[in-house]
Amino acid sequence: MRKIALLCGVALVAAGCGGGGPSTSGGGKLSDDKVVFGVLNDQSGVYAQLSGKNSIKAVELAIADYKAKYGDKAVAKNIVVEAADHQNKPDVANAKAAELYDRKAVDAILDVPTSSAALKVADVAKEKKKLYFNITAATMDLTGKSCNKYTFHYAYDTYMLANGTGKTVTDQGAKSWYLVYPDYLFGQDMTASFEAAVTKAGGKVVAKDPAPFPNASGDFSTYLLKAPNLNPKPDVLGTMQAGAELVALVKQYNEFKLREKGVGLAVGLMFLTDIHSLTPDALAGTTYTDAWYWNYDLRNREFADRFFQATGTRPTFAHAANYSAALQYLEAVQANGTDDADTIVKYLEGRTVEDVFLRSGKIRAEDHRVVHDAYLAKVRSSKEVKEPWDYVDVLKTIPAADAFRAPSADCKL
Amino acid sequence: MLQHVFNGLVGGSFLALVALGLAVIFGMLRVVNFAHGAIYMLGAFGALALTGEAFWAALVVVPVGLGLLGMVLERTVVNRLARLDPLYNFLLTFGLTLVLQDLVKWRYGVQSSPYPTPAGLGGSVDFGLFDFPAYRVFVLVVAAIVCFGVWFLLSRTRLGLIVRACTERPELSAALGVNVGRWVTPVFGFGVALAGLAGVLAAPMRAVHPLMGADLIIVVFAVVVIGGLGSIFGSVAAAFAIGVLQALSEAYLDSALVSQILVYVVMAAVLLWRPSGLFGREESPA
Repeated sequence: MRKIALLCGVALVAAGCGGGGPSTSGGGKLSDDKVVFGVLNDQSGVYAQLSGKNSIKAVELAIADYKAKYGDKAVAKNIVVEAADHQNKPDVANAKAAELYDRKAVDAILDVPTSSAALKVADVAKEKKKLYFNITAATMDLTGKSCNKYTFHYAYDTYMLANGTGKTVTDQGAKSWYLVYPDYLFGQDMTASFEAAVTKAGGKVVAKDPAPFPNASGDFSTYLLKAPNLNPKPDVLGTMQAGAELVALVKQYNEFKLREKGVGLAVGLMFLTDIHSLTPDALAGTTYTDAWYWNYDLRNREFADRFFQATGTRPTFAHAANYSAALQYLEAVQANGTDDADTIVKYLEGRTVEDVFLRSGKIRAEDHRVVHDAYLAKVRSSKEVKEPWDYVDVLKTIPAADAFRAPSADCKL
Repeated sequence: MLQHVFNGLVGGSFLALVALGLAVIFGMLRVVNFAHGAIYMLGAFGALALTGEAFWAALVVVPVGLGLLGMVLERTVVNRLARLDPLYNFLLTFGLTLVLQDLVKWRYGVQSSPYPTPAGLGGSVDFGLFDFPAYRVFVLVVAAIVCFGVWFLLSRTRLGLIVRACTERPELSAALGVNVGRWVTPVFGFGVALAGLAGVLAAPMRAVHPLMGADLIIVVFAVVVIGGLGSIFGSVAAAFAIGVLQALSEAYLDSALVSQILVYVVMAAVLLWRPSGLFGREESPA
């Protein structure tokens, strides 16, 4: 009887009919005879540029590298990328994630910007017992109270941004801060993280203002007018706005000449594509924390060149991290000869990893935070920009051990 | 305090400029032009297409070009639905919005495009108690001139008299020998041109991206309703009032929620108290 069952299982796998779910019998098999990635992100809205369709290209580069490396010995011969647009809406993300796992037989979901949407997908991954590498969301809840066995948080989080920028800028002498943030989950988290980092470094937040989100009029003049007149006058204005709102705020910061009035600018979260939109002069001298920079060294540059050939733009850290997550997943499949989710999770936990994105990388077993070196960057003025897209100087590397917070007690895997 | 009030006036003047076109089109044609936000966005991208150096040229060329586009739209589509339920034109212009937004997305992508402050307006104006970006003062002046000009044109000149007659009593005007059809198209084009002008003015101080109009238009609709649908003076006054209230609430209240819902709360209150808005007239029996 057992023999017949086994035979049936083998036949099912051989026929490529995955109705029965992942089969682990035999230890060296892939579900559906193929590995399927699901890139779930914003493909037409405010976050489409920093990740979006080009993240699919990044995953394709990882697949090409994997195939080139293992050739005939590759365990995964048939690798497919499915893509879905979650429009930054949690409910859409929820439905699309379930559809990817169930109907498209996706083995691992990648990317997922927008914190609220990212948390929904974590719930789905937990329920379906399938892998999920979050790249582009910032919320620490992914490795805090919402953590689960199948979810890994890959590129960055609010702690990394605040700790890098808040601490360094305070250390450099900007002791008093004025924080302006969009009044929703991400902005509130960022502000709390920044305030903690600034205070810890011996600085002080003299005022903080929530700005309407979404900001329909796209105007931040009230806060910019207020900043130089606060008592005591802040040394630096810290903005937690992102995307188009960041662009508007920085434009108006320059218009109100705050730098000339002695109020510097620090940006909570910024992507290469934001600098490109604003032009480097609008941001020249601004310090921010980057999870990865394309022209940091030759290795990054080589990847960036290949990415450029495929897309016509330079990669943001989100693109590089999507590449890295796909590659590390395939390496795990190769090492274990299976794409069984539990096997892969066990293999990845506690593992030290190194690739173009992950420098001194380690996948923490306690909370599935992927830690790696982060970078403090400063935007150049257009005079200092020698080639297109090469907009920043990396001031220093923040070692992986310092870049992220210690595992949270809230997380029980 | 003073500077926040002034800042509110500047913000309000900009709202007024956007609201003005909407009020003209509704007041004259009874068409709720939902595409107004998209036209505003096109204005900013029009300025972008002509590049930063040509800001002064863009200030003239873009509104005129968009005004012509508006006239074509009126002739080809809006006009055909004018006699039906207003909802049809509402849907039509909403559809136009989506088409225009996606065309711009297709050409420029979704990220914001850079646009510099025009040469000569990059400095600050010193008011003694505080200083203010010169460009914003310029916007305030332009908006004030345009608003006054439009009001004057429509309510104090012979041209305005004819236009009002044509739009309020078309049959009667026709019977008195006025060529009604000739006036409707330019009025629509004029309203559209005003949105384009606001878009050009927005380019140096706002983020220029395909959805910039979609975000703004909702607030502007609320402003027009508060002022009284169709009342030019009401829309402008409401825009300034909302601008100041918004600036003060942002400056002195600790919650972003209040400034975010403020305009809608005011709208609801005004509608309860005066259903036709602050300066709106009751619908006259046709």
